[in-house]
Amino acid sequence: MIRQLGGILYKELLTELRQPARVSGIFFFGLTLVLLVGIAAPSTRAFEQFAAATLWLGLTLASTRSLDQSYAVELEHGALEGLVLWPVDPRAIFYGKAIATTLMLFCVCIGLTPFLLAMADASVEGSIPMFLAFLVLGCAGLAAPGTLFGLIAGQARGSSVLLPLLLIPLLVPMLLAGARGTMLIMQGGPGAEMEAPGWLQLLVLFNVLHWSLGGVFFSVVLESD
Amino acid sequence: MVQGADITFENVARRFGRRWAVAGVSFAVKAGEGVALTGHNGSGKSTLLRCLATALKVHHGRILVDGQPLWDNRHTLRPRICMLSHAGALYDDLSGEENLRVWARLGGHTGDLPALLDRVGLAGRKEPVRTYSAGMRRRLALARLILHQPGVVLLDEPYTALDAKGRALVTEVATALRAEGATVFMATHLMDYARHVCDRRIELLDGEMVSDGEVPR
Repeated sequence: MIRQLGGILYKELLTELRQPARVSGIFFFGLTLVLLVGIAAPSTRAFEQFAAATLWLGLTLASTRSLDQSYAVELEHGALEGLVLWPVDPRAIFYGKAIATTLMLFCVCIGLTPFLLAMADASVEGSIPMFLAFLVLGCAGLAAPGTLFGLIAGQARGSSVLLPLLLIPLLVPMLLAGARGTMLIMQGGPGAEMEAPGWLQLLVLFNVLHWSLGGVFFSVVLESD
Repeated sequence: MVQGADITFENVARRFGRRWAVAGVSFAVKAGEGVALTGHNGSGKSTLLRCLATALKVHHGRILVDGQPLWDNRHTLRPRICMLSHAGALYDDLSGEENLRVWARLGGHTGDLPALLDRVGLAGRKEPVRTYSAGMRRRLALARLILHQPGVVLLDEPYTALDAKGRALVTEVATALRAEGATVFMATHLMDYARHVCDRRIELLDGEMVSDGEVPR
């Protein structure tokens, strides 16, 4: 399974390298949202309060479109069926795709953060490792359920509409923990030290749940007739 | 050598909605045999192959591979089966060699990929598969099949979109796999080509088997 997971990861990253529209699409969607909310905010001070929420909202909305495209590539010429019949372990497909999506979203996060901080006239006052932990866990928390529900939506008609409808309600705990935790770390001070670890724990729990259940349910959905 | 398999279809039926695409087909094939499946469009040829590939679950009856129920043992039997389908299972954004490298990594197959591409007439093509013609895509899918070296080869309209050289290549590959011991199933309308690979012909009509006999030479 590990060899096949590596193969799926290789394929996902190579496809992204050859056709970087997915990553750039998420980045520019996120950037546009940050700029629009920054411009619409009554003041820089006000924007600072919900800058982190803007980042996570932008990533969430853009990632649904990106995951939809990822499955369109798989379904277009029967590649997903080809993977099942080759055969590739469904868990390898799930974890390979989810890890690739996490890496891609993390790169976008790193790219968007300077713009976000500049627009909010803010900086990361709290612990940088904890800030990065929020970004990694937040991206992983988007990727795992997104990979599972992307498959469900991809196999149904009207997947581009169905995926956000299925996914976004499920992501509420992750959005809450990601936005609150990132904001606290950006502001720093005793609030960050006291409250941020709790939000981080929620993110860890969310990830453990979705990364473990996702591997099981992905196989069931993939083999469903 | 590849390990062929005895295949038995026992009253196999598969429906889509209310329509039975395959309606109670029974026959047995010995390891190393070559079988041409013929019949008009929609007669159930592709559905039967897709059931044997385990892409579809049969709704009635069962398929046995070397005496083992196929669906129940699909995880262990799938590595022995490979299907050349209409879709091709290719990634448009990758080149031909990159596609093969992905499939080789996933299957743990080793092989000289440039030599394989040369064999199917795609040597030196570095452009993404999205720019390939239908015939080139078919050749690449054939290279994927050769890479797999399956014991049960399922060819669904393998001559479609191919020129004369391409058709000869399909015949050559299928014949070579059979010679190594593979069981070959070919759904086709082109018996002039299929007769070089298959010595048995099964005809389907509206999902039912209407004839089973030798391929006339």
